[in-house]
Amino acid sequence: MLDSGGKGSGAMAWHETLIAKLKLCDVQLVTYVPDTVLRPLIEAVEADPFFEVVVCAREEEAIGISTGSILAGRNSVVLMQTSGLATLANVIASLPVPYQVPVLMVISERGVLGEFNRVQLQVAKTMRPILDASGVDHVTLTRAEEMDFVTERTFDQALQTRTPTALILSPLLTGGKSAKK
Amino acid sequence: MTMMNETLLNRHETICRAVAALDDRDAVIGGIGNTNFDLWASGPRPANFYMLGSMGLAFPIALGVALAQPERKVVALEGDGSLLMQLGCLSTIAICAPANLTMIVFDNAMYQITGGQKTATASGADLIGIARSSGLTESHWAEGAADFDRLYAAALARSGPSLIGVPTDAAKAVGTTDRDPAKIRITFSEAMTA
Ligand SMILES: Cc1ncc(C[n+]2csc(CCOP(=O)(O)OP(=O)(O)O)c2C)c(N)n1
Repeated sequence: MLDSGGKGSGAMAWHETLIAKLKLCDVQLVTYVPDTVLRPLIEAVEADPFFEVVVCAREEEAIGISTGSILAGRNSVVLMQTSGLATLANVIASLPVPYQVPVLMVISERGVLGEFNRVQLQVAKTMRPILDASGVDHVTLTRAEEMDFVTERTFDQALQTRTPTALILSPLLTGGKSAKK
Repeated sequence: MTMMNETLLNRHETICRAVAALDDRDAVIGGIGNTNFDLWASGPRPANFYMLGSMGLAFPIALGVALAQPERKVVALEGDGSLLMQLGCLSTIAICAPANLTMIVFDNAMYQITGGQKTATASGADLIGIARSSGLTESHWAEGAADFDRLYAAALARSGPSLIGVPTDAAKAVGTTDRDPAKIRITFSEAMTA
């Protein structure tokens, strides 16, 4: 699997599959704080007129903007890395979860499978506990051949049940970031 | 607050006047604590959104609403302490430059609802200066009620984001919001998609 980094379902790269599923669910507003692994996805949504894209100073802001957009009738996704999610316990638990606003989150997973930064390793340990404790559903994508089905069903389920939901992109899928790169 | 001898305005009265000038379709977002309490006390209005937590997110939420509903005006109400917690949103809003967003910050120079501790604006931090430096060129202090009305009418008429700083008195909020997040969301979202 290690050399599958960058590939998604079939001939599609993972970010192309994600874009196709965001369009299928009519998710037009993308908010984000940058991350190296997410770069191809960020560049692709910025180049695609279907999406309106807002780069934010903090992930908290991104959650606020995306929540406002969904409240007003337009679906939205927040892109961030693990350390971004780690800043969000209060705003997730006090805004999209109790108000039942289905904010979608795509999180690039740092701190696992060859992490070289001690700091990222420690922050990563907070991610799933925060998601679980604050009431955000989450699914980790590891296999390219499952990407199409899992992404579509996860987004559908989030929107239909009004549940804020995170799709975690494992380095098994994306290749991640290692000291050797 | 940086103005000398400024006229302090009352938050509840100012919010009532601001809401009265709007169309029923226009959205109003109340920030944590007093801004949404006084918005609540201005009377029932489906297109009002009341933030019960998420301190500092009134302006970001309003930006999201403004982007999703470009044909409606969106007004956001925030406290000085709350805005100080999320200053980065001012530059984000400046970059997006939504045509239909009017922001109001009630600067009472304190964290009133938690006991009146001083905010940095009591020592000279100038939120309107910070907003201008963040790229929000249409940011102005209201010097009294008539000046607020003038700035607010100009903000609503303008195609572009505006921020009005309201030097605010120490009066307590007039009401207390009904704290039911699901009900707030359903009422607001129905108004936004009607
Ligand atoms: C993240 C976070 N930190 C602290 C608090 C506690 N808190 C609630 S309201 C508030 C003060 C708000 O001050 P300001 O926005 O100036 O409004 P005012 O009370 O003066 O009207 C604080 C510190 C909180 N709810 N969330």
